[in-house]
Amino acid sequence: MKRRTFIQQSGAASLFLGLGGLSLQSFQNKDTKHITILHTNDVHSHIEPFPATDRRNANRGGFSRRATIVNSIRKENPNTLLLDAGDIFQGTPYFNFYGGEIEFKLMSLLKYDAATIGNHDFDNSIEGLYKQLPHAKFDFLSANYDFKNTVMDTHVKPYKVFVKDSIRIGVFGIGIELDGLVDKRMYKETKYLDPVTVAQDMSRILKDEEHCDLVICLSHLGYNYKRNPDKISDLKLASLTKGIDLIIGGHTHTFLKKPTIAKNSVGKNVLVNQVGWGGINLGRIDFYFDKAGKESTGTNIIV
Amino acid sequence: MKRFFGLLLLIATITSCKQTPLHLSRIEGKRIAVDTTIANSPTIDSIIAPYKKKLDLEMQKVLAYNPSDLYKDRTKPETNIGNFMADLCYTRGNAVFNKRTHKTVDFTLLNFGGIRAGIPKGSVTLRNAYEVMPFENSMVVVEMSYQKILELFNYLAKSGSAHPISEQLQLTFADKKLTTAKLNGKDLDPKRNYYVLTSDYLQHGGDRMNFFKDPIQLYNLDYKIRAAIIDELTAIDTIHAKVDGRMIRK
Repeated sequence: MKRRTFIQQSGAASLFLGLGGLSLQSFQNKDTKHITILHTNDVHSHIEPFPATDRRNANRGGFSRRATIVNSIRKENPNTLLLDAGDIFQGTPYFNFYGGEIEFKLMSLLKYDAATIGNHDFDNSIEGLYKQLPHAKFDFLSANYDFKNTVMDTHVKPYKVFVKDSIRIGVFGIGIELDGLVDKRMYKETKYLDPVTVAQDMSRILKDEEHCDLVICLSHLGYNYKRNPDKISDLKLASLTKGIDLIIGGHTHTFLKKPTIAKNSVGKNVLVNQVGWGGINLGRIDFYFDKAGKESTGTNIIV
Repeated sequence: MKRFFGLLLLIATITSCKQTPLHLSRIEGKRIAVDTTIANSPTIDSIIAPYKKKLDLEMQKVLAYNPSDLYKDRTKPETNIGNFMADLCYTRGNAVFNKRTHKTVDFTLLNFGGIRAGIPKGSVTLRNAYEVMPFENSMVVVEMSYQKILELFNYLAKSGSAHPISEQLQLTFADKKLTTAKLNGKDLDPKRNYYVLTSDYLQHGGDRMNFFKDPIQLYNLDYKIRAAIIDELTAIDTIHAKVDGRMIRK
């Protein structure tokens, strides 16, 4: 906490020092803070673009082009986070041959900040996931998988707080129920905890204890289950909790043209987004913060 | 200078104390297409290159010819790729099962979600086999009572998904209920047990196919589904796959 105060002070001091030759306009601009969140989901080992013969996604995707986009956005706004909502593994022979090594290496080179764990990330068993961890220079976040009695114990955090331009961004992970989806011989003693209870607890910790300005849930629950409305999904999670600003989803390979604006349990807006699969899209959400003035009311959402 | 900076810090502290809280004033969301309009990153390409070279050498091996596109279709009761998969698993799996037990598999049931890609028209390569079946699942034969077979039919009736079945079985559903079931053109016998070939993933309760759990007897064929696909494609010259009305939904 002390360190944060110092950064704020020195930030303000250097701003003061630089004020001499600058106009009032640019001083006001400095009062606006801008955070960019970039995200992918269900990339499923699609290292290269889809082949030209692919029926739906011919010549789309690929890590190389994604790197170009991410780099140019980072240049435009250094206060950017890059997140992945799980199912990094499985879907091309790259995974069968190299076991996920190249996926994690490339994600590290693209400077992913965090990822959550999808059901297919257990496809080479929990040991297979553990084995690739040395190639990952980003954090794995999952708040509702209890890995205590597995090799992944201590290698996954429930949440992480990122500080960008003094804005505190809390990110936590939520995984899907593994029973019936993944062979138990693969996930072993991983315990699945109720996503709603855990997500509510996480957003409380991030808002009240970690004093986050933004709370992001990285989810692999799936967008919405029309045929099975009781099944927990991102839309349900949004409506049953409070304190979450953005849910970045995966699992259902849902192509949303734009983020969905849902209402949380106290009637506040929650953004829910998902960008298909295979790395053919990159999601981008920009958050702008102003100093609260007399006339500032609510948040303008442009999607 | 030191004093001057100290003074500035003091002013800054006062200013930051007075700071009004930040207000989230605006959110913008959009989707960026990763398409051919975007240049490659040479750094990333150079990292991928050695992995790609080794893999391509292996994967470009041509195994068979495919005269028409085989693809998944969620809206149809059966698909050409599903029928192709279920039938080849039956043929390949039954040969192993019959040799070991002198018994015959009655039919195959796989799951729609387990087929991960289609096979485009043209040369079929080893890569196609990996894309259709990337998982390491093996074939198993489950000995089941007639009662469990009815549970299986009921599951298919309710699910509405194009779960692949082999050609020995013909099922008709109306309003998500079973209307007719024929095995090799005949009614099923309530008094006998049946041998159903599936994947170890489904036998362990995958896709909630719980009727496969606790079987009368379980036979592990120690034969991966992908290996069966590769063996079949190697053995044939041309793929013959069609939708033949083995599963009809009204």
